Amino acid sequence: MTAIDKIDREIIRALQDDFPLVAEPYKLLAEKIGISEDEFLRRVQNLAAEKKIRKMGAVLRHREVGFSSNVLCAWEVPPDKLDSIAAMMIESPAVSHCYDRQTAEDWNYNLYTMIHAKTRDECEKIVRELSEKTGIKNFTMLFSKREWKKTSMKYFPE
Amino acid sequence: MELTAFDKSLLNLLQSNLPICSHPFAEIASKLGTDESTVLDRIKTLKNEGFLRRIGTFFNSNALGYRGTLVALQVESNSIPKVAEVINNFPTATHNYEREGKFNLWFTLMTQDRAQEESILEEIRSIPGVDAMINLPSNKKYKINVQFQLQ
Repeated sequence: MTAIDKIDREIIRALQDDFPLVAEPYKLLAEKIGISEDEFLRRVQNLAAEKKIRKMGAVLRHREVGFSSNVLCAWEVPPDKLDSIAAMMIESPAVSHCYDRQTAEDWNYNLYTMIHAKTRDECEKIVRELSEKTGIKNFTMLFSKREWKKTSMKYFPE
Repeated sequence: MELTAFDKSLLNLLQSNLPICSHPFAEIASKLGTDESTVLDRIKTLKNEGFLRRIGTFFNSNALGYRGTLVALQVESNSIPKVAEVINNFPTATHNYEREGKFNLWFTLMTQDRAQEESILEEIRSIPGVDAMINLPSNKKYKINVQFQLQ
């Protein structure tokens, strides 16, 4: 694993803005930070190989493509079964995120899944199915009432 | 605007496979049996029509040295807009949702060290109307993959 140097940070800053929709996007970004396209591409490939980049591509707007409902479901899983239960949960294509989190006082949920579907009923059905499949009976469905903020993280601000 | 069969194939490919090379859109085009400029024009249209939230690079925050947490607050209902505004003003608070349940405001926070996280949380906890706060840092990420197969 190589350390992130000054040029990498400039590349990360350039890549986290809107990706240029032009024939040679990397050439354009490389010019902006004053390095060659070859070096820019080599470094981006390296960041991807080292898993510092987890994905290149598009994220769709859920609602516009028909997935209007989503729910954050928090599960209370025996700590020694977290890996095996999580493995069952993430098999479902409806689960986009699955994290193991610390608990808090009066809050014993330790596994969190974000579930997407076309309707609220469908979300609830998927949660019931996951509960049956995994045998986890203690869970809470945290449906959102209002989105106050949804942004992408800006790393290494100048 | 209704998505065509071509649009759905294009969006399915774009969600996972934008190649890291000099002409990424030409590679996508060859997989779809069309040309680079057709693909670029169509992506711009789909973006303008609001189908794309973002196109580009998604980083692994932990590998870049950031720590992420999910924080839940119990807020008096008439204070929610005010509290949400204070949270939203932190650039490192990336998502903020009002939710059903005992804890009614949930936000994610990304920081470069624990001290920064603690000072932000202390400030938010002290806003009038915030009755309780729980901090739920992640131990392990089993899946992050926001992808919708369009058929």
